[in-house]
Amino acid sequence: MMKKTLIFILCLLIVLWFCGPVLLILIAALTPSAEYYDLARLVPTKLTLTHLESLFVRLKATLISIQTALLSIVISFAIGLPAAYVLTRYVFKGKNLFRLTILLTRSFPVIIIGVPLVTLYLRIGIADSVLGVSLAHSSMILPFIIIISSSILGGISVEYEEAGMVFGLTRFRSFLRITLPLALPGFAAAAIYAFVLSWNEVFISAIINLTNRTLPAHILNTAMTSPDYFKFAAGTVMALPAMIFIFFTRKYLMSMWGISLK
Amino acid sequence: MIHHKGKIALMLLLPTFAYLIVFIFYPLVDTCLLAFSNPAGPLENFRRIITSGEFWKTLRNTLVITGIVVPLQLILGLALALFVNLRFKGYLFILYIIAIPLALSDVSAALMSYSIFASTGFLNKLLMAWGWIERPLYFFGFRFQDRAFWVIVITEVWRATPLVFIILLAGLQAVNKEYLEAANVFGFSPWQKLWKIVLPILRPSILSALLIRTIFAFQVFGVIWILAGRDIPVLAGEAYYWQTVVYNSNISSAYGLIIAVVTILISWAYITFLKPKSFEEEAV
Repeated sequence: MMKKTLIFILCLLIVLWFCGPVLLILIAALTPSAEYYDLARLVPTKLTLTHLESLFVRLKATLISIQTALLSIVISFAIGLPAAYVLTRYVFKGKNLFRLTILLTRSFPVIIIGVPLVTLYLRIGIADSVLGVSLAHSSMILPFIIIISSSILGGISVEYEEAGMVFGLTRFRSFLRITLPLALPGFAAAAIYAFVLSWNEVFISAIINLTNRTLPAHILNTAMTSPDYFKFAAGTVMALPAMIFIFFTRKYLMSMWGISLK
Repeated sequence: MIHHKGKIALMLLLPTFAYLIVFIFYPLVDTCLLAFSNPAGPLENFRRIITSGEFWKTLRNTLVITGIVVPLQLILGLALALFVNLRFKGYLFILYIIAIPLALSDVSAALMSYSIFASTGFLNKLLMAWGWIERPLYFFGFRFQDRAFWVIVITEVWRATPLVFIILLAGLQAVNKEYLEAANVFGFSPWQKLWKIVLPILRPSILSALLIRTIFAFQVFGVIWILAGRDIPVLAGEAYYWQTVVYNSNISSAYGLIIAVVTILISWAYITFLKPKSFEEEAV
C-alpha cells in the first residue's frame, strides 16, 4: 500500500513536470493579451484563438517551415532510399565502410555547413530560397533516413521480392509492388521524424535565409522585439508536429532510438 | 552477373555519395578555408577571437553549461529509467509522458520556459496570488543574467533528459532478471544490485548517452539565444552573431571550426579512454 502510494505520487510529479510547460504555453497562447498582461489574473476568464489564427493565416514563416520540411522529406527519401536498399539487399566491397561513414555523418556538427552554403547558393542562384534550406536540412536528415530505412527493409524478407521476380516482375517493380507496401508504416514513421528534424532546425535556416525564414528562424530573429502572445502562439504551433510524432510513434520509441543510436 | 549487380549497387549509392560530397565535405573544406583566410595571415582570425576577451567568457559559459546540464540529465534520466523499469501498472503511459519533450525543438522549449518565467508569466502570477511577492521577479534582461542562466539550465535539463532516459531504458532491457535473482539469493541490498549489476551492464548505454548529450551541449544555441541573446555568449551563438550581424564569415567559420574540433576531441576521448568494456570483463 505504502509502495503504491509512493509510485502514484512520483507518477503525478512526472506528469506535472513534463506536461506542465506544454499546457502552460498552450494556455498562454489562448489567453487574450489584456488578461495576460494583468498580473492579478492567474487563470484567464476567457480564451481566444486570435493569436494562433494570426500565426497560421498571416505569417509566411509557418508556410515556409511546412514547405521546407516536406521538401526535405522528399529529397532525403529520394536519395536515401536507394542507398538503404543497397545496404540490405547487396553484398559489396566497402559496405561496412559506407555504413560507418553514414554513422559518422550523423554525429557531424551540422551547424558548420551553414556559412559555406550561403556563398554556394549565391553562386548557383538558390540563395534565400526554400529549396536551399531543404537541401541543407536533408544533409542532416539523410543519415537518419538511410539508417532507419535499411533497418526497416532488413526486417522484410528478400524472398517475397524474389518471388515477385520469379513471376516476371523487374527488380524495381518487385520492390514497388511487394516490399514497399510492407515497409510503408515504418517509412511513414521515418518521414514524420524527418519532418520534425527539419521543422525544429533553427541555426542553418537562420543563417541561410534572410527574408524567407522558417518559423523557428523567424522567432529567433524577432524574439527580442515581438510581443509575448506572439511568442506563445509560435511556441505552441512549433510544438504540434512533435506531439503528433510522439503520439504516432509511441510504440516504436525505444526501438527507434535504439536503432539511431547504435 | 555479379559484375552487373555491382554496377547497379554503385548507381544506387551514387546519389548519396554526391550528396555527402556537396553538402558535408565541400562545406567542411570551405569552412577551413574561410577560417584560415585573412590578409594578415592564416591564424589572424583565431588570434582575433582569442584576444577579444569575449572568447574566454564564451568558452567558459559553454563549458559550465555542459558541465552542469549533462550530469543532471544523466542522474535524472537514470532515475526515471529505473523507475519506469519497475513496470508498475500504467508504466507505459508514464513512458509516453516522459517522451513528450523528445521531439520538441529547442526554440519551442525556450518559449515554454518563457511563458513560465516571463515578468507577467505564470510563476510571477502564482507567487503574487499566494502573496509571496509584491512586485514581479525579473528573470530576463541585461541585469539578470545569473537568473537567466538558471532558467536556461532548467530548460535544457527538461528538454533533453528524455533522450538520456530512453537510451538508458533501452539499455536496461539487457539486464537479465536471473542476475538479479541470483543477487537476491546472495542477499544483495537494492543499492548493491544497482552498483554491482545494473550499472556495469548499463555502461555502454550510459556512455553513448553521455557522448551524444556532450556533443549537443557544445552546440547549444536556440534556448540561449531566445532567453538571453548575447548576454550569455556561447560558441554557437558567436558563430551565428558574426555571420548574421557582423557579416564576417571568416570569424564565424573559425568559431564553427572550434566547435567541430572540440566535438571530434570529445568523441575521441569518450571512445578511447572510456571504451565500453564487454560484460564478461566487467563481471570478473
